[in-house]
Amino acid sequence: MLRARIRKVRHSTGASSFTLDVSVEVSPGITILFGASGAGKSTLLDCLAGLTRPEEGRIAIGKDVLFDSAAGVHVPAPKRRIAYVFQTLALFPHLSAEENVAYGLRDLPEAERRGQVETILQAFRVEKLRRQKPGEISGGERQRIALARSLVTEPRVLLLDEPLTGLDAELKAAIVDDMSAWNAAREIPILYVTHSRDEVDALGERVIALDNGRVVSSGVPMEVLNAPRRKKLAQAAGFENLLSATVLDLREADGVMRVRLGESAACEIEVPLGYAVAGSRVQVAVRAGDILLATERPRGLSARNVIDGRIVSLEQRGTMVIARVDCGVTFVAHITPGAVRVLELTAGRPVWLVLKTHSCHLVD
Amino acid sequence: MEALWLSMKLAASVAGILLVIGMPVAYWLAFSSWRGKFLLESLVALPLVLPPTVLGFYALVAMGPRGPLGKLWIALFGHGLAFTFSGLILASVLYSFPFAVQPLIASFEGVDRRLLDASAVLGAGSLRTFWRVILPLSLPGVVTAAVLSFAHTLGEFGVVLMVGGNLAGVTRTVSIDIYDHVQSLEYGEANRMALVLLVISFAVLSFVYAVNRRVWTPWPAK
Repeated sequence: MLRARIRKVRHSTGASSFTLDVSVEVSPGITILFGASGAGKSTLLDCLAGLTRPEEGRIAIGKDVLFDSAAGVHVPAPKRRIAYVFQTLALFPHLSAEENVAYGLRDLPEAERRGQVETILQAFRVEKLRRQKPGEISGGERQRIALARSLVTEPRVLLLDEPLTGLDAELKAAIVDDMSAWNAAREIPILYVTHSRDEVDALGERVIALDNGRVVSSGVPMEVLNAPRRKKLAQAAGFENLLSATVLDLREADGVMRVRLGESAACEIEVPLGYAVAGSRVQVAVRAGDILLATERPRGLSARNVIDGRIVSLEQRGTMVIARVDCGVTFVAHITPGAVRVLELTAGRPVWLVLKTHSCHLVD
Repeated sequence: MEALWLSMKLAASVAGILLVIGMPVAYWLAFSSWRGKFLLESLVALPLVLPPTVLGFYALVAMGPRGPLGKLWIALFGHGLAFTFSGLILASVLYSFPFAVQPLIASFEGVDRRLLDASAVLGAGSLRTFWRVILPLSLPGVVTAAVLSFAHTLGEFGVVLMVGGNLAGVTRTVSIDIYDHVQSLEYGEANRMALVLLVISFAVLSFVYAVNRRVWTPWPAK
């Protein structure tokens, strides 16, 4: 278990400064560190790895204290046994894949070192590339080698800063499987930075959401990301519709309140009851995939929000069609190409949008 | 030809010494976060702007039998430092210092900091990181530093004259030799030596620029 309480001030160019002020616990297994760019994820990892010294706080793995500002303890990075895979991977360009992987193993006898390098190269399926330099191999293979280089040292904690950026989903999944297999026997805490929703769903047992240097929520991915409390987090978590609204009235007995979206009176919806009073402004986040489209006014539905509008545009993206619908405010809805065909949807056609109350999330 | 050989010997010694002492200085200047660093940077760059005679003058005073260096040398070796080959090396090292240190600083600073971080989290201390990562990735800078300090020492005149005087086989370098020939109106002889120096200097500079343009590198640039 990795426990950290960190306060770190970063002075950037100009007068502005950024303060990271967090308290996190990372238990064995994969914990996702989620947040928009600039939220402080990399600063947090740098502090944990010992590359940056926090102003204040305490970092410990189990009973082993790595940093304690009060006691004046600061274990330097080379002695922490915390592995860190950087976003840029930082493979040594002048060393072969094999030499990169062996870099952290210098204390071992030659034969044993070679054995371990061979084992990990095989585990990550890059044994054929052992003599190649990083500049000569593909992105996905470089990512595998960077992982192998970190894991071969048998670290106590693994920090991963968006290590799989830029890979296609299939390759990502394969690498994630290899990594999970490696960790199954070891059960070390892994802190995995990403802002890709797919990776969260594939990996996450727990999520820590960071915004502007603070932990804004933590828990299982469903709780944290499906009901984001902050606008930035909502955007990052893939809520395509983020609309400002005015609260009309509260209906405590029903657990809902009515809000008006934008300025148009026609567009009123019910959302879950939140901390608000009539007349106050709130932000409503709705996933594009949670919106139903109908070509006639639907009846007899449990969904409380049926809004009429007109299709502005349809745009096909892979196996998904992005529909923009003007209802006084513009909604984005994701539908299948099949639905477009069967319902004969075209731009300009009047449609009805159906939203479940609990698909509408209030964010700060 | 004796003068040319002497110049070569001097330049090679100076380049060698400067690589050894220049590296720690350059490392410190590249990576220290001390606020007063600019003072040392200015000190290192001083020989670039000072007339060689000023540097040579102070070097001579320090090396003289009553100067601190001279006294120390006499105590250690029983003879003075001024007007000797050793004295010449010492003064030349000071004079060519920026030519070695500045390319080293530039190439050390050019190494991606994340590579140094990666080395650290993989358990390497500063010394190992220097040998395994910084130095190999700074090879063009090291070559530049060695070659430039060699070439600069080869062509120096003022400092040599001040500190070394003009003793054949001991301190009479090529540039002094050329000056002598000109003074004696032996233009043919002067031209021959001058041409040799010109060709060597051009060859050396071409080599430096080729290395830095990556026309020649020990590994692919990517």
